[in-house]
Amino acid sequence: MPKGEIVLGCLAPHPPHVVYAENPDQNEPVSEGGWETLRWGYNRLARKLKTIDYDALVIFTPHWQTYIGTHFLGLPEFKSKSVDPVFPNIFRYNYDIKVDVELSEIMREKASEHGIITKMMRNQDFRVDYGTITSCHMLNPDWDKPIVTISSNRNAHYYSAEVMNEQAAALGRACAEAIEESGKKVVLISSHSLSHRHFVTESPLPEDMSREHIYNHSQYVWDMKLVDLMREGKMRELIDILPEFTEQTIAETEAGGLTWMMSAMGFPQYSAEIYGYQSVIGTGNLVAAWDPNAVTREIVL
Amino acid sequence: MEDADILFGIYCPPHPQPLLSPEASEGYAKLRQAYDTCRERIENSDADLIIVYSTTWPSIIGHQIQAHPEPEWVHVDDDFHYLGSMPYKFKMDVDFAECLRDSAKERGLHSRTIAYEGFPIDTGSVVALKLLNPDNRIPACIVSSNMYANRAETIVLGKSIRDALAKQGKKAIAVVVSSLSNRMFTEHIDPTEDRIHSPKDDEWNRKILEFFADGRLEDLSQLSREIHGQIRVQKVVAYKPAWWMAATMGQHNNYQGEVLAYEALHGSGGAVVTLTPSSGSFGDKEFDEDDVEYYHGDRDVLDKGML
Repeated sequence: MPKGEIVLGCLAPHPPHVVYAENPDQNEPVSEGGWETLRWGYNRLARKLKTIDYDALVIFTPHWQTYIGTHFLGLPEFKSKSVDPVFPNIFRYNYDIKVDVELSEIMREKASEHGIITKMMRNQDFRVDYGTITSCHMLNPDWDKPIVTISSNRNAHYYSAEVMNEQAAALGRACAEAIEESGKKVVLISSHSLSHRHFVTESPLPEDMSREHIYNHSQYVWDMKLVDLMREGKMRELIDILPEFTEQTIAETEAGGLTWMMSAMGFPQYSAEIYGYQSVIGTGNLVAAWDPNAVTREIVL
Repeated sequence: MEDADILFGIYCPPHPQPLLSPEASEGYAKLRQAYDTCRERIENSDADLIIVYSTTWPSIIGHQIQAHPEPEWVHVDDDFHYLGSMPYKFKMDVDFAECLRDSAKERGLHSRTIAYEGFPIDTGSVVALKLLNPDNRIPACIVSSNMYANRAETIVLGKSIRDALAKQGKKAIAVVVSSLSNRMFTEHIDPTEDRIHSPKDDEWNRKILEFFADGRLEDLSQLSREIHGQIRVQKVVAYKPAWWMAATMGQHNNYQGEVLAYEALHGSGGAVVTLTPSSGSFGDKEFDEDDVEYYHGDRDVLDKGML
C-alpha cells in the first residue's frame, strides 16, 4: 500500500454567519447575504478542492472543547440538527455527516503512542459542533467526503499557550504518521478565526455590512502580521510567536488548531494561498491554504 | 429596586456524574443525595419559579434567556459522553423570561430571549433541572453567563431578576450551577480514586464553604476576584456566580447556610449548598467595590485624551 499523504491544509474560520449568508437548504434562517469577501474566498478554495484527489477531511475544532485529553469522532454517521448556542438566530443547520472511523481510530492510536491522552467518542446522540459543520460546509458544500473531527484539548486554559503549542505540535506529528500509515490522501482543516474579540451587541439585521468592522486596530495589525508571515512561507516563525499573538488578541489559535496543522505538514516554508480576510462581528477571519504540490500551488491574492 | 421574593438559593456543580453515574463513587452518591434533598425542599416550597444561572452556558451577544416553552432534546457532554446521554424536556416560564429580558434592558443590559427548537441547553442546566425538578412541577428560567461580562454587568443582571420577580409577584428559587475550584484532572481516572486536584484548591474550597455555611454570601461576592485568581482555571474573565447569586438574592449576609455535600468531581470542587434568607446577620462589612444599579457599557477610555 502506498504511503498516505496530506494533500492540502486549510485555515477555515467557522463564524456561522458565512453559512447563514450562503442560504443553503440545510440552514433554517434566511439571509440577504453578507461577508462576501470571506465567502467568495471560501467559494474559490472549495473549487480548488474539487480539483484535488482526496479521501477524507480531518478537522480540528475549537468548539468541541475537551479538558480530559483529545477526543475523536468514532461512529460512521451523525445526523441531527446543530443550533449555535451563541448565534441561534442565524444557525440552525440540519446535518448528515459521514465519518472515516478507520482513519479516526488510527489517529487516536498514534496520538496515544505519542503520550497524548485520547478518547474515541462513540455516543450516537452526540451533537457535532458547529465549527466542524461551518468549516466543512464552506469547503465542501456537497458533503461528499467523510470527515474526522478532532476535539481541542484546552491546554491553554490549564497551563499556557506555550504548552498548548507543544502538545498541539505533538498531536500534529502523530496525525501525520497516522495518515502515512493509513495510505489515504487527506485534507487537513484548522477551523478558527485569528483575532477573536467579539462585539457584544448585534445589529438588527446581522448581515448589515455597514456595521461590520474589526474590533480594534491592534487586532487588525496582529492579524496582518500573521498573514505576512504566511505569505513569506515562515510558518515556523509564525508558530513561535503564536503564544504572544494568542494572548494579545485573545485569538482562537488558543485551541491549537493552526499549530496542529502546521506541525502535521512539517511547518511549510512555502507561501500560503491567501483567499480572503474579513471581520465577522469584530473577529478577524482568514481563509488560507497550504498546498504541498508546487505545481498546483497558486498566488491567489 | 423593588422587593423580590427569593425563597432560597442553591449552589450546585455542573458535572454530569451525579445524574449519570452516582453509583460510581461514594462522593458522587453523596452529591446525588444532596441534590435529592434540594429536590424535596423545592417540592415542599411554594415557589412559582426556578431561576438557573449556569456557568456552562456562555453567551457573547449580551445575556440570553431561554424562552422556549418546552425545550426538548437529548444532550451529550463534550468530555463525559461515555457516561451516557441526557434526554430532557423542560417547562419554561416564558412570561417571566420576556419580563426579565425587558427588565435587563431597562438597566442598560443587552439581553434577548432564545426560543428555538433544538437549542443546545448546556450540561450544567440539564443536570440541575433534571435532578432538582424532574417532573417539571415548577417552571424554570435559564439565563446565560456572558463570557465578556464582569462584576458590574453581572450584578446588574441579578438586580434585573429581582425587578422581574417583583413585577410579576413571583416567588423563586435561585440556582447557580458552578464548580468551586474548576481544575479537573487531564487524564481519565478511576472514579473511586477521585479527589480534589490539589490541597490548595481544597483549602480554598473549604474556606468558601465556611462563608456559605455562615450565610456570608455578600462577603463571597466581594471575594470573587480573589477566588478567580486562586482556584479558577482562566477560561473566562471572572468568577461570576457569587456576584450573580448575591445580587439576585439581595446583597447581604443574612442567610442560613447549609453545605449539603462537598466532593471531588474529576478533580474539581463540587458542592451542593443552600442559602435561605434569615433575619440575623453575620455582620456587615464595608467593601472597596461600589454597588451598581445601571450598566453603562464600555466607557471608551481608550478614545479619550488621544492626541
